Amino acid sequence: MSATAKFPQNTLTFSHGVHPEEFKELSNQCKIQRMPFVDEYTLPLGQHIGAPSKALVVKGQKVKRGEKIADAAGFVSVALHSPVDGVVSEIGIFDTPKGDVLPGIKIKTDPYSTQRTVETPVDFESLDAKGFISAVQNAGIVGLGGAAFPSHVKFSIPEGKNCKYIMLNGCECEPFLTADHRTMVEYPEAIIDGILILNRFLKAEKAYIAIEANKPDAIEILSNLVAKNSFPIEVVPLKVKYPQGAEKMMISAILGKEVPSGKLPLDLEVLVCNVGTIKAISEYFRKGLPLIERIVTVTGTALKKPANVLVPIGTPMRAVIELCGGITDDAARILLGGPMMGAVQKSLDVPVVKGTSGILVLGQNEVRDFEEYSCIRCGRCVDACPLFLNPTMMGLLAKKGLWDEMLEYNVMDCFECASCSYVCPSGIPLVQSFRVAKGILREKAMREKLKST
Amino acid sequence: MSDLSRKLMVSTAPFLKDRETTPGIMFTVVYTLIPIVLVSYYFFGLSAFLISLTAVISCVFTEWLFNKSEAPFKTLKDGSALITGLLLALTLPPGFPLWMVFIGGVVAIGMGKAMWGGLGQNVFNPALLGRAFLQAAFPTAITTWSPPDGMYFSLRGTNAAFPLFQGVNVDGATGATPLAKMKFDHVSTDIMDLLIGSTGGSLGETCAILIILAGIYLLFKKIINWRIPLSIILSVSLFSGVFYLINPEIYPSPVFMILSGGMLLGTVYMATDLVTSPLTPKGTWIFGIGIGILIVLIRNWGGLPEGVMYAILLMNAATPLINRFTKIRTYGHER
Repeated sequence: MSATAKFPQNTLTFSHGVHPEEFKELSNQCKIQRMPFVDEYTLPLGQHIGAPSKALVVKGQKVKRGEKIADAAGFVSVALHSPVDGVVSEIGIFDTPKGDVLPGIKIKTDPYSTQRTVETPVDFESLDAKGFISAVQNAGIVGLGGAAFPSHVKFSIPEGKNCKYIMLNGCECEPFLTADHRTMVEYPEAIIDGILILNRFLKAEKAYIAIEANKPDAIEILSNLVAKNSFPIEVVPLKVKYPQGAEKMMISAILGKEVPSGKLPLDLEVLVCNVGTIKAISEYFRKGLPLIERIVTVTGTALKKPANVLVPIGTPMRAVIELCGGITDDAARILLGGPMMGAVQKSLDVPVVKGTSGILVLGQNEVRDFEEYSCIRCGRCVDACPLFLNPTMMGLLAKKGLWDEMLEYNVMDCFECASCSYVCPSGIPLVQSFRVAKGILREKAMREKLKST
Repeated sequence: MSDLSRKLMVSTAPFLKDRETTPGIMFTVVYTLIPIVLVSYYFFGLSAFLISLTAVISCVFTEWLFNKSEAPFKTLKDGSALITGLLLALTLPPGFPLWMVFIGGVVAIGMGKAMWGGLGQNVFNPALLGRAFLQAAFPTAITTWSPPDGMYFSLRGTNAAFPLFQGVNVDGATGATPLAKMKFDHVSTDIMDLLIGSTGGSLGETCAILIILAGIYLLFKKIINWRIPLSIILSVSLFSGVFYLINPEIYPSPVFMILSGGMLLGTVYMATDLVTSPLTPKGTWIFGIGIGILIVLIRNWGGLPEGVMYAILLMNAATPLINRFTKIRTYGHER
């Protein structure tokens, strides 16, 4: 391809990491299509990190598409909006994609509504930084990369800190996922516009858009577009390697600096934001559309018609999968998110939430269960860990339940990218055991804190 | 849909997995050992065949015996006992009594591996530990070298010795190894002979070319850590080269050092043992350099002509310590 040849092969990257098979070709050429409206939507109140939103509606109440149905409960929390014109049919407890049950709101779609909204731009020119932050919170915008961390919290720069660089994350290093890729190809103007709006309030010196080199079309389109701008935005092609899209890895690749342990990118004067999130910001301020829909990659080797779909938040996963032709007999696992860090689902009756970047149906062939052998200390995990942890030693300690000793090996720094488990030839569940260890250690620290106070 | 939910399994990420498996790694090592074993049949005939067969049977049997209560066949599947058997055979002289070979295999797996808790837990390389035991128990038998005769069906009388007996060397043909000639007579052996392997020595100590090729293949497949062979060979060449330059009459040349004895077999297959070598890059350099220096020290000034075995075992013992002192700096942490 000519587009690939334009970019140097020795693109920037971080040290270590792994190269899983990409599977992006399943859906990376599929245009984003709109999900038709369904009869009923389930909206859990706790779709984001932080306090669950407070419901503002009662059963039987009529709501409009884009109307606020729940308010933020505190600073680290966001508002929630109705994805359709309809009636609140139930306020109760529902299954969520994380595997737990949470309070939520069910909305029955009004079958006679056109579901059309009037575009009403939000006047951001007159807003100050504080007003901008509460506007973002009110729009219900969270990080759309998968973590669903409230964006306005990220945008509130604490006293004494400075944001010099805005870094847009378009790496999308998880295999299979192509939602960010398609967003960059189909909504490049909205992305640039979002950066400019954000920068009115952050006043950064420069913005970067980091894209893995396996998306040459996105790199080309955005490169052409940023050239026309007066604000310096640089499109940076990064090497195709997992986990290139982890913010620490991305910052290291571009700036050559490490984010100190336990600190935020802001300590390096960097603010990282997903490309989908920035598009949501642009759409809110230009069209007045809060976060009521998101782009989801629906893909997998056991799915009949992989696609990228613009899905209203709260749509049942079953409806999305049916739109994509349904699953084949080969299906073995259904996940929300990518295959390296996603969450497995036990049924199709959970809704798409704000943090759902992909719906993935894996076949028997990908999820073959490997027999577990003894650790042969081959060190492949040591050479894979992007944080330079020692998964070999931590794995041996975890097996013996020596959690405190694992602390000395900096287990709390692990961000669970799963590179170690991916490479382990003995099929040892390394990252899985680190997750357990982190949970136990966190609980222990909390207990000790309680005791001392 | 109930049919579907029965089929869907709940487990945690990641769901993709690299295709390399531990048995895969082990059997690749076994495949690279096969040509080396075959060439020993060519040089030493039926004796070589019987020794390697006995060693493999005894190692696999011991492995089964120790795991029989829990997982009788699981640990056999990983192929590590097979490697230990083949490597042990390659370190033995062609006329070695078979009953001693069998004991060597039992000790290698039993004391070298099972006793520590099985694969991955041992501190010493099992094959070398077995050989060290044999060296201590049967010092005469293990230093009686009969030269290669190129007869495919030749069987040495001592091979068939009854248990608890040494056996009599009927044809009386013994020959000194290149290392012994060097040590005691200061006579070097032709490099070509060393490369092809038409010299006296243990089964796998003779054909240098094949071991080098196998090593290159294993490096290419990233099964062995390149730092270990490189650091051993560099430190041996440097250290022995200095003494060779001082007095070439007494001290062997670096090329002779590298091509003779168990040096290559140890470098490619034993020092690089994944289990018993350090984990961190810095640690592997220390490990390799340590082995190199010990080999030269033992060969030039020790009582024995060969020092590879003890050099590796000593550094094996130091490995846990090396691991402790060469922690890697975690991302975002101060050194």
